[in-house]
Amino acid sequence: MDIEKVDQIIDKHNSEASSLIQVLLEIQSENRWLPRQILERISEKLEVPLSRIQHIATFYKAFSLIPKGRHEVHICMGTACHVRGAQNVLTAVEDYTGIKPGETDLDLKFSLETVNCLGCCALGPVMEVDGQIHGKISPAETADALKKYE
Amino acid sequence: MSKVLLKIDGKEVEAEEGMTVLETAQDEGIGIPTLCHHKKLEPYGACRICTVEAEKNGRSKLVVSCVYPVEKDLEVTTRSEKIDRVRRTILELLLSHAPDSDQLRKLAEEYGANKDRFEKEPSFCIHCGLCVRYCAEVKGKFAVGFINRGSRREINFIPELAATECWNCKECFPLCPTSALQAAYMFTEAQISETPVFEADSK
Repeated sequence: MDIEKVDQIIDKHNSEASSLIQVLLEIQSENRWLPRQILERISEKLEVPLSRIQHIATFYKAFSLIPKGRHEVHICMGTACHVRGAQNVLTAVEDYTGIKPGETDLDLKFSLETVNCLGCCALGPVMEVDGQIHGKISPAETADALKKYE
Repeated sequence: MSKVLLKIDGKEVEAEEGMTVLETAQDEGIGIPTLCHHKKLEPYGACRICTVEAEKNGRSKLVVSCVYPVEKDLEVTTRSEKIDRVRRTILELLLSHAPDSDQLRKLAEEYGANKDRFEKEPSFCIHCGLCVRYCAEVKGKFAVGFINRGSRREINFIPELAATECWNCKECFPLCPTSALQAAYMFTEAQISETPVFEADSK
């Protein structure tokens, strides 16, 4: 993401300090993470101290200060999914992607996270990729499902 | 500004409207222990050690005196069995983070707090926010701030700012009730001198 694009987003919000979270959210969704250089640019343009931006960017889980993959994989570890074998699904996904929860692979293809409940317990065990639900998934099926993502 | 009449430890005192209970007590020479309070800074209410009992219309409740504004006819008790118990527990919790802090140890002795009651988890920082607030409110430099949240919250210097601003200032060092601040600064300093500046790939 180049600095012009960042400036565009900031200008859209009239460089108002009160729009900080909106600006961060937009950059996060475009770029998938918040590089230090971009935070410095925001700090300069919105006249908000960098320490405050860091405070906010590390407070909310929606923001990431480290690079994220093109596809976000969420494995539900809630009670219902847990009793239906979520741990085995997670292990299968870990084996396929080669990463642990909270990590991103080297090609920036997948980021893996565990979540505590996706709210569709009847479909357990559930894997969610980029917001798309893969319900009643068996460990063996995860590799097939993930193959479709480039 | 109108005057407010209230009672602190049975003593009739007069305060300006908008003052806090703690400020009023301090003006009257009544001691209330504090950790996160500083007269140059806005009240913050982080450490809760200045908890007192405030009674009005026959009902009493525990309030944090550094952020509690004075009220007419308020009856404040600054020391009682109940308050001591609350302060003792707060101290025991803080001591699990910073077992070696002199300030905490002195208070612990006074209130009979057992420093080994909770399992040690020495992060050294008790999140009083004195350094963060002093840097922001008094110096206007914002060189140090909080990062993360909840149990993972910690103070963090901005390396670029620390390199230019902190060397000649360090006014926040003596404010710290523990040794967390200096440790964080030393760590930042070591990072500045030893590692090349992290250049984030923006694409």
